[in-house]
Amino acid sequence: MISKVIETRNLTKRFGDFTAVDNINLDVFKGEIFGFLGANGAGKTTAMRMLCGLSKPTSGQGFVAGFDIARQQEDVKKHIGYMSQKFSLYEDLKVWENIRLFAGIYRTKNHEIAAKTDSVLAKIGLSSERNALVKKIPLGWKQKLAFSVAVFHNPAIVFLDEPTGGVDPVTRRRFWELIYEAAADGITVFVTTHYMDEAEYCNRVSIMVDGKIEAIDTPQHLRRQFNANNMDEVFRKLARKAERNDNG
Amino acid sequence: MKDLIVKCFNISKSYGNIKALTDINLNIEKGELFGLIGPDGAGKTTLFRIMASLILADSGSAFVDNLDVVKDYKALRRHIGYMPGRFSLYQDLTVEENLIFFAKIFNTSIKENYHLIENIYKHIEPFKNRMAGKLSGGMKQKLALSCALIHKPSVLFLDEPTTGVDPVSRKEFWEILGKLKAQGITIIASTPYMDEANLCDRIALIQHGKILSVETPQKITAAYGKKLYRINAADNFALLTQLRGNPEVASCLLFGGYLHVTFKNDADTSIPNLEITEPSVEDCFIELMTKSND
Repeated sequence: MISKVIETRNLTKRFGDFTAVDNINLDVFKGEIFGFLGANGAGKTTAMRMLCGLSKPTSGQGFVAGFDIARQQEDVKKHIGYMSQKFSLYEDLKVWENIRLFAGIYRTKNHEIAAKTDSVLAKIGLSSERNALVKKIPLGWKQKLAFSVAVFHNPAIVFLDEPTGGVDPVTRRRFWELIYEAAADGITVFVTTHYMDEAEYCNRVSIMVDGKIEAIDTPQHLRRQFNANNMDEVFRKLARKAERNDNG
Repeated sequence: MKDLIVKCFNISKSYGNIKALTDINLNIEKGELFGLIGPDGAGKTTLFRIMASLILADSGSAFVDNLDVVKDYKALRRHIGYMPGRFSLYQDLTVEENLIFFAKIFNTSIKENYHLIENIYKHIEPFKNRMAGKLSGGMKQKLALSCALIHKPSVLFLDEPTTGVDPVSRKEFWEILGKLKAQGITIIASTPYMDEANLCDRIALIQHGKILSVETPQKITAAYGKKLYRINAADNFALLTQLRGNPEVASCLLFGGYLHVTFKNDADTSIPNLEITEPSVEDCFIELMTKSND
Protein backbone atom coordinates (compact mmCIF):
# COMPACT_ATOMS: atom_id res chain seq x y z
CA MET A 1 0.00 0.00 0.00
CA ILE A 2 1.22 3.48 -0.88
CA SER A 3 1.86 5.55 2.20
CA LYS A 4 -0.09 8.69 2.93
CA VAL A 5 1.90 11.87 3.40
CA ILE A 6 -1.15 13.95 4.24
CA GLU A 7 -4.25 12.62 5.92
CA THR A 8 -6.97 14.86 7.35
CA ARG A 9 -10.29 13.97 8.89
CA ASN A 10 -12.93 16.68 9.36
CA LEU A 11 -10.20 19.27 9.64
CA THR A 12 -11.80 22.56 10.62
CA LYS A 13 -10.67 26.08 11.45
CA ARG A 14 -12.96 28.76 12.77
CA PHE A 15 -12.20 32.40 13.41
CA GLY A 16 -14.99 33.59 15.70
CA ASP A 17 -18.21 32.60 13.94
CA PHE A 18 -16.50 32.34 10.56
CA THR A 19 -15.62 28.82 9.42
CA ALA A 20 -12.59 29.28 7.15
CA VAL A 21 -11.97 25.55 6.68
CA ASP A 22 -14.99 23.35 7.06
CA ASN A 23 -14.52 19.62 7.74
CA ILE A 24 -12.05 18.78 5.02
CA ASN A 25 -10.95 15.23 4.32
CA LEU A 26 -7.80 14.91 2.30
CA ASP A 27 -5.42 12.05 1.51
CA VAL A 28 -2.23 12.78 -0.38
CA PHE A 29 0.09 9.91 -1.27
CA LYS A 30 3.86 9.64 -1.43
CA GLY A 31 5.36 10.93 -4.68
CA GLU A 32 2.13 12.52 -5.80
CA ILE A 33 1.84 15.98 -7.36
CA PHE A 34 -1.27 17.31 -5.73
CA GLY A 35 -2.96 20.54 -6.91
CA PHE A 36 -4.83 22.46 -4.23
CA LEU A 37 -7.21 24.79 -6.05
CA GLY A 38 -9.88 27.22 -5.00
CA ALA A 39 -11.08 30.78 -5.50
CA ASN A 40 -9.57 33.65 -3.48
CA GLY A 41 -11.13 33.46 -0.04
CA ALA A 42 -12.11 29.77 -0.30
CA GLY A 43 -9.85 28.82 2.62
CA LYS A 44 -6.75 27.47 0.87
CA THR A 45 -4.24 29.57 2.79
CA THR A 46 -5.79 28.72 6.16
CA ALA A 47 -5.77 25.00 5.30
CA MET A 48 -2.14 25.18 4.13
CA ARG A 49 -1.10 26.98 7.31
CA MET A 50 -2.59 24.16 9.38
CA LEU A 51 -0.88 21.50 7.24
CA CYS A 52 2.47 23.29 7.69
CA GLY A 53 2.12 23.39 11.48
CA LEU A 54 1.64 27.15 11.60
CA SER A 55 -1.96 27.22 12.82
CA LYS A 56 -3.83 24.88 15.15
CA PRO A 57 -7.05 23.27 13.96
CA THR A 58 -10.25 24.18 15.82
CA SER A 59 -11.46 20.60 15.41
CA GLY A 60 -10.79 17.50 13.40
CA GLN A 61 -7.47 15.78 12.80
CA GLY A 62 -4.58 15.99 10.44
CA PHE A 63 -1.31 14.14 9.91
CA VAL A 64 1.53 15.35 7.72
CA ALA A 65 4.56 13.12 7.17
CA GLY A 66 3.16 10.98 9.97
CA PHE A 67 3.01 13.78 12.55
CA ASP A 68 -0.06 15.23 14.22
CA ILE A 69 -0.55 18.82 13.01
CA ALA A 70 -2.23 19.77 16.31
CA ARG A 71 0.27 18.22 18.73
CA GLN A 72 3.54 17.76 16.86
CA GLN A 73 3.86 21.03 15.01
CA GLU A 74 7.66 21.25 15.37
CA ASP A 75 8.10 17.76 13.91
CA VAL A 76 5.79 18.66 11.04
CA LYS A 77 7.92 21.74 10.25
CA LYS A 78 11.13 19.69 10.17
CA HIS A 79 9.74 17.25 7.62
CA ILE A 80 8.26 19.65 5.12
CA GLY A 81 9.60 22.15 2.63
CA TYR A 82 7.83 25.40 1.78
CA MET A 83 8.09 27.88 -1.03
CA SER A 84 5.89 30.79 -1.95
CA GLN A 85 6.23 33.34 -4.70
CA LYS A 86 6.06 36.17 -2.21
CA PHE A 87 8.80 35.11 0.18
CA SER A 88 11.32 32.35 -0.04
CA LEU A 89 14.85 33.70 -0.20
CA TYR A 90 16.87 36.49 1.38
CA GLU A 91 17.58 39.01 -1.37
CA ASP A 92 20.63 40.47 0.34
CA LEU A 93 22.34 37.12 0.82
CA LYS A 94 24.32 35.37 -1.89
CA VAL A 95 23.03 32.29 -3.69
CA TRP A 96 25.21 29.90 -1.66
CA GLU A 97 24.46 31.75 1.59
CA ASN A 98 20.73 31.19 1.13
CA ILE A 99 21.32 27.46 0.67
CA ARG A 100 23.64 27.40 3.70
CA LEU A 101 21.14 29.29 5.87
CA PHE A 102 18.07 27.22 5.07
CA ALA A 103 19.90 23.90 5.12
CA GLY A 104 21.32 24.85 8.54
CA ILE A 105 17.89 25.74 9.84
CA TYR A 106 16.73 22.27 8.79
CA ARG A 107 19.75 20.78 10.66
CA THR A 108 21.47 19.40 7.59
CA LYS A 109 25.06 18.53 8.52
CA ASN A 110 27.77 20.93 7.36
CA HIS A 111 29.69 18.43 5.21
CA GLU A 112 26.45 17.38 3.53
CA ILE A 113 25.56 20.99 2.80
CA ALA A 114 28.94 21.66 1.18
CA ALA A 115 28.80 18.57 -1.03
CA LYS A 116 25.18 18.94 -2.03
CA THR A 117 25.36 22.69 -2.78
CA ASP A 118 27.60 21.97 -5.78
CA SER A 119 25.37 19.30 -7.23
CA VAL A 120 22.18 21.29 -6.69
CA LEU A 121 23.61 24.42 -8.33
CA ALA A 122 24.90 22.35 -11.24
CA LYS A 123 21.51 20.72 -11.70
CA ILE A 124 19.67 24.05 -11.99
CA GLY A 125 22.43 25.68 -14.06
CA LEU A 126 23.43 28.25 -11.45
CA SER A 127 26.98 27.11 -10.62
CA SER A 128 28.46 30.33 -11.99
CA GLU A 129 26.04 32.41 -9.90
CA ARG A 130 27.09 30.88 -6.58
CA ASN A 131 28.47 34.20 -5.29
CA ALA A 132 25.80 36.47 -6.78
CA LEU A 133 23.41 38.31 -4.50
CA VAL A 134 19.93 36.88 -4.89
CA LYS A 135 18.50 40.33 -5.65
CA LYS A 136 20.75 40.52 -8.71
CA ILE A 137 19.52 37.35 -10.41
CA PRO A 138 16.43 37.09 -12.66
CA LEU A 139 13.07 36.01 -11.24
CA GLY A 140 13.07 32.70 -13.10
CA TRP A 141 16.41 31.76 -11.54
CA LYS A 142 15.23 32.82 -8.09
CA GLN A 143 12.28 30.49 -8.42
CA LYS A 144 14.43 27.54 -9.40
CA LEU A 145 16.76 28.33 -6.51
CA ALA A 146 13.88 28.77 -4.06
CA PHE A 147 12.52 25.38 -5.07
CA SER A 148 15.91 23.70 -4.70
CA VAL A 149 16.31 25.29 -1.27
CA ALA A 150 12.84 24.09 -0.25
CA VAL A 151 13.68 20.46 -1.09
CA PHE A 152 17.38 20.56 -0.10
CA HIS A 153 16.80 18.69 3.18
CA ASN A 154 14.83 15.93 1.41
CA PRO A 155 11.48 16.68 3.03
CA ALA A 156 8.65 14.17 2.78
CA ILE A 157 6.53 16.87 1.17
CA VAL A 158 7.03 20.32 -0.28
CA PHE A 159 4.31 22.98 -0.19
CA LEU A 160 4.38 25.36 -3.15
CA ASP A 161 2.15 28.41 -2.82
CA GLU A 162 1.64 29.96 -6.27
CA PRO A 163 5.25 29.21 -7.17
CA THR A 164 5.08 30.34 -10.82
CA GLY A 165 3.29 33.69 -10.54
CA GLY A 166 4.54 36.27 -13.01
CA VAL A 167 7.22 34.29 -14.84
CA ASP A 168 7.39 33.93 -18.60
CA PRO A 169 5.75 30.89 -20.21
CA VAL A 170 9.01 29.09 -20.94
CA THR A 171 10.39 29.51 -17.41
CA ARG A 172 7.04 28.43 -15.98
CA ARG A 173 7.24 25.17 -17.90
CA ARG A 174 10.87 24.56 -16.87
CA PHE A 175 9.76 25.01 -13.29
CA TRP A 176 7.15 22.28 -13.74
CA GLU A 177 9.82 19.99 -15.12
CA LEU A 178 11.70 20.50 -11.83
CA ILE A 179 8.51 19.59 -9.97
CA TYR A 180 8.17 16.37 -11.98
CA GLU A 181 11.79 15.45 -11.27
CA ALA A 182 11.34 16.01 -7.54
CA ALA A 183 8.19 13.87 -7.56
CA ALA A 184 10.05 11.14 -9.44
CA ASP A 185 12.63 11.24 -6.61
CA GLY A 186 9.83 10.47 -4.15
CA ILE A 187 9.11 13.98 -2.84
CA THR A 188 5.40 14.67 -2.56
CA VAL A 189 4.38 18.02 -4.05
CA PHE A 190 1.43 20.06 -2.78
CA VAL A 191 0.88 23.06 -5.03
CA THR A 192 -1.54 25.98 -5.37
CA THR A 193 -1.86 27.90 -8.61
CA HIS A 194 -4.11 30.29 -10.48
CA TYR A 195 -2.92 28.95 -13.85
CA MET A 196 -5.48 26.34 -14.84
CA ASP A 197 -3.16 24.71 -17.37
CA GLU A 198 -0.95 23.86 -14.39
CA ALA A 199 -3.89 22.09 -12.75
CA GLU A 200 -3.68 19.62 -15.64
CA TYR A 201 -0.04 18.85 -14.76
CA CYS A 202 -1.04 17.49 -11.35
CA ASN A 203 -1.68 13.80 -10.65
CA ARG A 204 -4.74 14.78 -8.62
CA VAL A 205 -6.39 18.04 -7.68
CA SER A 206 -8.90 19.21 -5.14
CA ILE A 207 -11.13 22.26 -5.55
CA MET A 208 -12.16 24.19 -2.46
CA VAL A 209 -15.37 26.21 -2.37
CA ASP A 210 -16.49 28.14 0.71
CA GLY A 211 -14.18 26.23 3.06
CA LYS A 212 -15.19 22.77 1.82
CA ILE A 213 -13.53 20.43 -0.64
CA GLU A 214 -16.11 20.15 -3.41
CA ALA A 215 -14.17 17.89 -5.73
CA ILE A 216 -11.07 15.71 -5.54
CA ASP A 217 -9.81 13.46 -8.32
CA THR A 218 -7.47 13.22 -11.29
CA PRO A 219 -7.83 16.01 -13.88
CA GLN A 220 -9.06 13.42 -16.42
CA HIS A 221 -11.83 12.18 -14.12
CA LEU A 222 -12.87 15.71 -13.14
CA ARG A 223 -13.13 16.75 -16.77
CA ARG A 224 -15.36 13.76 -17.42
CA GLN A 225 -17.41 14.21 -14.23
CA PHE A 226 -18.13 17.87 -14.99
CA ASN A 227 -18.45 17.36 -18.73
CA ALA A 228 -15.71 19.91 -19.36
CA ASN A 229 -12.96 20.27 -21.98
CA ASN A 230 -10.33 21.38 -19.49
CA MET A 231 -9.69 22.17 -15.83
CA ASP A 232 -10.49 25.84 -16.40
CA GLU A 233 -14.11 24.86 -17.18
CA VAL A 234 -14.24 22.48 -14.22
CA PHE A 235 -13.01 25.26 -11.95
CA ARG A 236 -15.55 27.75 -13.29
CA LYS A 237 -18.43 25.32 -12.85
CA LEU A 238 -17.53 24.71 -9.23
CA ALA A 239 -16.31 28.13 -8.15
CA ARG A 240 -19.28 29.94 -9.69
CA LYS A 241 -21.56 28.56 -7.00
CA ALA A 242 -19.40 30.00 -4.23
CA GLU A 243 -21.39 32.19 -1.91
CA ARG A 244 -18.46 33.75 -0.24
CA ASN A 245 -15.63 35.18 -2.26
CA ASP A 246 -12.94 37.74 -2.06
CA ASN A 247 -15.00 40.38 -3.84
CA GLY A 248 -17.01 41.35 -0.85
CA MET B 1 -7.77 55.90 -39.68
CA LYS B 2 -9.09 55.84 -36.17
CA ASP B 3 -8.14 58.43 -33.55
CA LEU B 4 -5.01 57.52 -31.66
CA ILE B 5 -5.29 58.28 -27.98
CA VAL B 6 -1.85 57.01 -26.92
CA LYS B 7 1.28 57.42 -29.03
CA CYS B 8 4.76 56.34 -27.96
CA PHE B 9 7.77 57.10 -30.14
CA ASN B 10 11.09 55.34 -29.52
CA ILE B 11 10.73 55.29 -25.75
CA SER B 12 13.81 53.98 -23.94
CA LYS B 13 14.51 53.82 -20.24
CA SER B 14 17.35 52.33 -18.20
CA TYR B 15 17.90 51.92 -14.50
CA GLY B 16 21.65 52.01 -14.05
CA ASN B 17 22.93 49.47 -16.56
CA ILE B 18 19.63 47.61 -16.75
CA LYS B 19 17.68 48.43 -19.89
CA ALA B 20 14.04 48.44 -18.84
CA LEU B 21 12.63 49.62 -22.19
CA THR B 22 14.26 49.76 -25.61
CA ASP B 23 12.77 51.79 -28.48
CA ILE B 24 9.13 51.26 -27.69
CA ASN B 25 6.73 52.41 -30.41
CA LEU B 26 3.09 51.95 -29.60
CA ASN B 27 -0.19 53.39 -30.87
CA ILE B 28 -3.44 52.81 -29.05
CA GLU B 29 -6.77 53.74 -30.59
CA LYS B 30 -9.50 55.63 -28.84
CA GLY B 31 -12.03 53.30 -27.25
CA GLU B 32 -9.83 50.21 -27.31
CA LEU B 33 -9.51 47.62 -24.58
CA PHE B 34 -5.79 47.11 -24.95
CA GLY B 35 -3.68 44.47 -23.21
CA LEU B 36 0.02 44.74 -22.44
CA ILE B 37 1.03 41.14 -21.93
CA GLY B 38 4.31 39.87 -20.57
CA PRO B 39 6.07 38.36 -17.55
CA ASP B 40 7.44 40.18 -14.50
CA GLY B 41 10.43 42.29 -15.40
CA ALA B 42 9.32 42.77 -19.03
CA GLY B 43 8.95 46.55 -18.57
CA LYS B 44 5.16 46.83 -18.26
CA THR B 45 5.18 48.98 -15.12
CA THR B 46 7.94 51.26 -16.42
CA LEU B 47 5.99 51.88 -19.63
CA PHE B 48 2.80 52.61 -17.67
CA ARG B 49 4.61 55.03 -15.39
CA ILE B 50 6.06 56.89 -18.36
CA MET B 51 2.65 57.10 -20.06
CA ALA B 52 1.11 58.31 -16.79
CA SER B 53 3.78 61.07 -16.45
CA LEU B 54 5.13 59.59 -13.22
CA ILE B 55 8.67 58.96 -14.46
CA LEU B 56 10.66 60.35 -17.37
CA ALA B 57 11.90 58.31 -20.30
CA ASP B 58 15.61 58.61 -21.11
CA SER B 59 14.71 59.21 -24.74
CA GLY B 60 11.71 59.21 -27.04
CA SER B 61 8.36 60.90 -26.58
CA ALA B 62 4.82 59.95 -25.67
CA PHE B 63 1.42 61.58 -26.01
CA VAL B 64 -1.83 60.69 -24.29
CA ASP B 65 -5.01 62.36 -25.50
CA ASN B 66 -2.76 64.69 -27.56
CA LEU B 67 -0.92 65.86 -24.45
CA ASP B 68 2.83 65.49 -24.13
CA VAL B 69 3.62 63.34 -21.10
CA VAL B 70 6.50 65.68 -20.18
CA LYS B 71 5.45 69.22 -21.17
CA ASP B 72 1.75 68.87 -20.49
CA TYR B 73 1.92 66.58 -17.47
CA LYS B 74 -0.40 68.69 -15.31
CA ALA B 75 -3.21 68.73 -17.86
CA LEU B 76 -2.53 65.08 -18.73
CA ARG B 77 -3.16 63.91 -15.19
CA ARG B 78 -6.74 65.15 -15.39
CA HIS B 79 -7.29 62.99 -18.46
CA ILE B 80 -5.98 59.73 -17.12
CA GLY B 81 -6.82 57.27 -14.40
CA TYR B 82 -4.00 55.09 -13.07
CA MET B 83 -4.26 52.01 -10.92
CA PRO B 84 -0.83 50.83 -9.82
CA GLY B 85 -0.05 47.16 -9.28
CA ARG B 86 0.43 47.63 -5.58
CA PHE B 87 -2.56 48.85 -3.54
CA SER B 88 -1.85 52.52 -3.01
CA LEU B 89 -4.93 54.04 -1.45
CA TYR B 90 -4.98 55.42 2.08
CA GLN B 91 -5.33 52.39 4.36
CA ASP B 92 -6.30 54.57 7.35
CA LEU B 93 -9.14 56.29 5.54
CA THR B 94 -12.48 54.60 5.08
CA VAL B 95 -13.72 53.36 1.72
CA GLU B 96 -15.89 56.44 1.27
CA GLU B 97 -13.22 58.85 2.50
CA ASN B 98 -10.78 57.53 -0.10
CA LEU B 99 -13.31 58.04 -2.84
CA ILE B 100 -14.23 61.57 -1.64
CA PHE B 101 -10.53 62.43 -1.43
CA PHE B 102 -9.83 61.42 -5.03
CA ALA B 103 -12.97 63.15 -6.26
CA LYS B 104 -12.01 66.38 -4.47
CA ILE B 105 -8.44 66.60 -5.72
CA PHE B 106 -9.91 66.46 -9.23
CA ASN B 107 -12.53 69.11 -8.37
CA THR B 108 -15.42 66.77 -8.82
CA SER B 109 -17.80 64.85 -6.56
CA ILE B 110 -18.96 61.27 -6.17
CA LYS B 111 -22.43 62.39 -7.21
CA GLU B 112 -21.29 63.91 -10.48
CA ASN B 113 -19.67 60.75 -11.82
CA TYR B 114 -21.47 58.07 -9.82
CA HIS B 115 -22.85 56.55 -13.03
CA LEU B 116 -19.30 55.65 -14.08
CA ILE B 117 -18.44 53.74 -10.94
CA GLU B 118 -21.87 52.47 -9.93
CA ASN B 119 -21.36 48.96 -11.33
CA ILE B 120 -18.15 48.56 -9.37
CA TYR B 121 -18.76 50.67 -6.27
CA LYS B 122 -22.13 49.14 -5.42
CA HIS B 123 -20.32 45.95 -4.38
CA ILE B 124 -18.30 47.78 -1.73
CA GLU B 125 -20.76 50.54 -0.82
CA PRO B 126 -22.23 48.44 2.03
CA PHE B 127 -18.74 48.65 3.60
CA LYS B 128 -18.20 52.35 2.95
CA ASN B 129 -17.35 53.07 6.61
CA ARG B 130 -14.69 50.35 6.78
CA MET B 131 -10.99 51.30 6.74
CA ALA B 132 -9.51 50.62 3.31
CA GLY B 133 -6.70 48.65 4.97
CA LYS B 134 -9.25 46.16 6.35
CA LEU B 135 -10.72 45.20 2.97
CA SER B 136 -10.17 41.84 1.25
CA GLY B 137 -8.06 41.78 -1.91
CA GLY B 138 -11.02 41.81 -4.27
CA MET B 139 -12.68 44.70 -2.45
CA LYS B 140 -9.46 46.74 -2.46
CA GLN B 141 -9.26 46.21 -6.18
CA LYS B 142 -12.80 47.51 -6.68
CA LEU B 143 -12.13 50.54 -4.51
CA ALA B 144 -8.89 51.32 -6.35
CA LEU B 145 -10.71 51.08 -9.67
CA SER B 146 -13.50 53.36 -8.40
CA CYS B 147 -10.92 55.93 -7.25
CA ALA B 148 -9.12 55.78 -10.61
CA LEU B 149 -12.42 56.44 -12.42
CA ILE B 150 -14.07 59.10 -10.27
CA HIS B 151 -12.74 62.05 -12.30
CA LYS B 152 -14.02 60.56 -15.55
CA PRO B 153 -10.67 59.95 -17.25
CA SER B 154 -10.52 59.40 -21.01
CA VAL B 155 -7.82 56.76 -20.59
CA LEU B 156 -7.49 54.23 -17.80
CA PHE B 157 -4.11 52.59 -17.08
CA LEU B 158 -4.42 49.40 -15.03
CA ASP B 159 -1.14 47.81 -13.98
CA GLU B 160 -1.65 44.07 -13.39
CA PRO B 161 -5.14 44.35 -11.92
CA THR B 162 -5.63 40.57 -11.97
CA THR B 163 -2.30 39.26 -10.66
CA GLY B 164 -2.82 36.67 -7.92
CA VAL B 165 -6.57 36.61 -8.58
CA ASP B 166 -8.38 33.32 -9.21
CA PRO B 167 -9.62 32.52 -12.74
CA VAL B 168 -13.31 33.19 -12.02
CA SER B 169 -12.68 36.59 -10.41
CA ARG B 170 -10.27 37.47 -13.22
CA LYS B 171 -12.97 36.82 -15.81
CA GLU B 172 -15.43 38.96 -13.84
CA PHE B 173 -12.90 41.79 -13.67
CA TRP B 174 -12.48 41.73 -17.46
CA GLU B 175 -16.27 41.82 -17.84
CA ILE B 176 -16.28 45.00 -15.73
CA LEU B 177 -13.64 46.43 -18.05
CA GLY B 178 -15.80 45.55 -21.04
CA LYS B 179 -18.66 47.59 -19.55
CA LEU B 180 -16.36 50.57 -18.91
CA LYS B 181 -15.20 50.37 -22.49
CA ALA B 182 -18.83 50.58 -23.61
CA GLN B 183 -18.99 53.93 -21.79
CA GLY B 184 -16.28 55.25 -24.08
CA ILE B 185 -13.23 54.92 -21.83
CA THR B 186 -10.03 53.65 -23.41
CA ILE B 187 -8.53 50.96 -21.21
CA ILE B 188 -4.93 49.79 -21.17
CA ALA B 189 -4.33 46.89 -18.82
CA SER B 190 -1.21 44.82 -18.23
CA THR B 191 -1.24 41.16 -17.25
CA PRO B 192 1.14 38.21 -16.94
CA TYR B 193 -1.74 35.79 -17.75
CA MET B 194 -1.66 34.90 -21.44
CA ASP B 195 -5.20 33.50 -21.31
CA GLU B 196 -6.52 37.05 -20.77
CA ALA B 197 -5.23 38.09 -24.19
CA ASN B 198 -8.40 36.92 -25.92
CA LEU B 199 -10.48 39.31 -23.81
CA CYS B 200 -8.67 42.34 -25.36
CA ASP B 201 -9.32 44.10 -28.67
CA ARG B 202 -5.60 44.29 -29.35
CA ILE B 203 -2.55 43.22 -27.41
CA ALA B 204 1.14 44.02 -27.23
CA LEU B 205 3.42 41.15 -26.25
CA ILE B 206 6.35 42.49 -24.28
CA GLN B 207 9.54 40.78 -23.03
CA HIS B 208 12.92 42.17 -21.86
CA GLY B 209 11.82 45.76 -22.54
CA LYS B 210 10.92 45.12 -26.17
CA ILE B 211 7.58 44.77 -27.86
CA LEU B 212 7.49 41.49 -29.73
CA SER B 213 4.19 42.08 -31.53
CA VAL B 214 1.14 44.37 -31.50
CA GLU B 215 -2.02 42.96 -33.04
CA THR B 216 -5.46 41.55 -32.41
CA PRO B 217 -5.20 38.19 -30.62
CA GLN B 218 -6.66 36.54 -33.74
CA LYS B 219 -3.98 37.98 -36.01
CA ILE B 220 -1.23 37.08 -33.57
CA THR B 221 -2.25 33.44 -33.53
CA ALA B 222 -2.79 33.44 -37.31
CA ALA B 223 0.82 34.57 -37.74
CA TYR B 224 2.23 31.54 -35.88
CA GLY B 225 4.96 30.33 -38.18
CA LYS B 226 4.77 26.57 -37.88
CA LYS B 227 2.38 23.65 -37.92
CA LEU B 228 1.53 22.91 -34.32
CA TYR B 229 0.56 19.45 -33.07
CA ARG B 230 -0.76 18.19 -29.80
CA ILE B 231 -0.53 14.81 -28.14
CA ASN B 232 -1.25 13.37 -24.73
CA ALA B 233 -0.60 10.22 -22.74
CA ALA B 234 -1.28 8.83 -19.30
CA ASP B 235 2.13 10.14 -18.28
CA ASN B 236 2.76 13.35 -20.19
CA PHE B 237 6.10 13.94 -18.49
CA ALA B 238 7.49 10.63 -19.68
CA LEU B 239 6.17 11.39 -23.16
CA LEU B 240 7.81 14.83 -23.02
CA THR B 241 11.20 13.30 -22.26
CA GLN B 242 10.73 10.74 -25.01
CA LEU B 243 9.72 13.29 -27.67
CA ARG B 244 12.59 15.62 -26.80
CA GLY B 245 14.89 12.73 -27.70
CA ASN B 246 13.29 12.49 -31.16
CA PRO B 247 15.62 14.19 -33.67
CA GLU B 248 12.69 15.35 -35.82
CA VAL B 249 11.11 17.30 -32.94
CA ALA B 250 11.92 21.03 -32.89
CA SER B 251 10.08 21.86 -29.66
CA CYS B 252 7.94 20.04 -27.15
CA LEU B 253 6.25 21.83 -24.25
CA LEU B 254 3.66 21.09 -21.59
CA PHE B 255 0.32 22.74 -22.43
CA GLY B 256 -2.43 21.85 -19.99
CA GLY B 257 -3.58 18.27 -20.54
CA TYR B 258 -1.50 18.02 -23.75
CA LEU B 259 1.99 18.48 -25.07
CA HIS B 260 2.43 20.96 -27.92
CA VAL B 261 4.94 19.77 -30.48
CA THR B 262 6.57 21.33 -33.54
CA PHE B 263 8.86 19.57 -35.99
CA LYS B 264 12.00 20.64 -37.80
CA ASN B 265 10.52 19.52 -41.12
CA ASP B 266 7.41 17.41 -41.66
CA ALA B 267 5.62 15.81 -38.76
CA ASP B 268 6.91 12.42 -37.73
CA THR B 269 3.84 10.36 -38.62
CA SER B 270 5.15 7.32 -36.77
CA ILE B 271 4.17 9.04 -33.49
CA PRO B 272 0.71 7.73 -32.53
CA ASN B 273 -2.19 10.04 -31.55
CA LEU B 274 -0.53 13.15 -32.93
CA GLU B 275 -3.15 15.69 -34.02
CA ILE B 276 -2.86 19.15 -35.51
CA THR B 277 -4.01 21.98 -33.26
CA GLU B 278 -4.53 25.76 -33.28
CA PRO B 279 -1.88 27.82 -31.53
CA SER B 280 -2.84 29.97 -28.56
CA VAL B 281 -1.44 33.40 -27.76
CA GLU B 282 0.87 31.63 -25.29
CA ASP B 283 2.31 29.43 -28.09
CA CYS B 284 2.93 32.61 -30.09
CA PHE B 285 4.55 34.36 -27.15
CA ILE B 286 6.93 31.44 -26.68
CA GLU B 287 7.76 31.40 -30.41
CA LEU B 288 8.39 35.16 -30.47
CA MET B 289 10.46 35.20 -27.29
CA THR B 290 12.57 32.29 -28.48
CA LYS B 291 13.22 34.09 -31.78
CA SER B 292 14.13 37.34 -30.05
CA ASN B 293 16.53 35.52 -27.71
CA ASP B 294 18.37 33.91 -30.63
